[in-house]
Amino acid sequence: MALFWFQILPILFLLALAFTIGGVVERAHFRRIEQRERELGDIQRTDVRTLPAGADAELCGLVTGEVVIASDYFKTFVANFRKMIGGNLRTYESLMDRARREALLRMLDEARQKGANYVANVRFASSNIGSGSNTKRRRFAAMVEMYAYGTAYQLADVGRGAA
Amino acid sequence: MIVVNTETIAGYVVTETKGLVQGNTIRAKHLGRDFAAGLKNLVGGELRGYTELLVESRRQALERMLAQAEQLGANAVVNVRFTTSAITQGAAELYAYGTAVIVEAQQ
Repeated sequence: MALFWFQILPILFLLALAFTIGGVVERAHFRRIEQRERELGDIQRTDVRTLPAGADAELCGLVTGEVVIASDYFKTFVANFRKMIGGNLRTYESLMDRARREALLRMLDEARQKGANYVANVRFASSNIGSGSNTKRRRFAAMVEMYAYGTAYQLADVGRGAA
Repeated sequence: MIVVNTETIAGYVVTETKGLVQGNTIRAKHLGRDFAAGLKNLVGGELRGYTELLVESRRQALERMLAQAEQLGANAVVNVRFTTSAITQGAAELYAYGTAVIVEAQQ
């Protein structure tokens, strides 16, 4: 009986640790993301290749942003159960949301550095880099790498609507 | 060398198309031995080491693509695309490709 608790307790402790610290880290990250989205909100971004008709544009070049984010142990644990039932994996949806918004913000950072105020043809690509080695299968959470890239321009008059 | 991911560049006109150019890198991750990543797997968050690895890989793939474009005598690469493929457990390829062209500024 004592041996059973001896095995269960470390896992419960790690879960509690992951839940609390992981939650704090995630919320802090989302707050930083929202703040930077407000700061970089004036840079227009589209996923169409053409610029607004009659725009006076100066090319700034290719801009990219990339990030690799891991989910926490608690989310992985919950998701493993959810996978048995099927349906929306809400715990991983926030992971992808974080990664996507962070990659986009880093791309906009580079655009800002190049003096651009418009990014055309924004594309996203992602891949799973987690659960590579199987030494401790349960321990390895979902990890996703996400990158965003586009072509940055400096438009003389950004006010006009997109094409 | 001008690099864009659109087919046309505002303010420039394509005078000659040189052809398809590409560059790739393959990177491997040693997750089992990466203590820092293991810790991050517990509480979640960004894996800065891997992000830097990704940035470096992307830069190298682009460089190789641009080297090919220079060999062809181009001064710009248009319609650049990136793709990632997982090759085996722990190894992934980052592939960049585009069309090498000669552009001139529009009068």
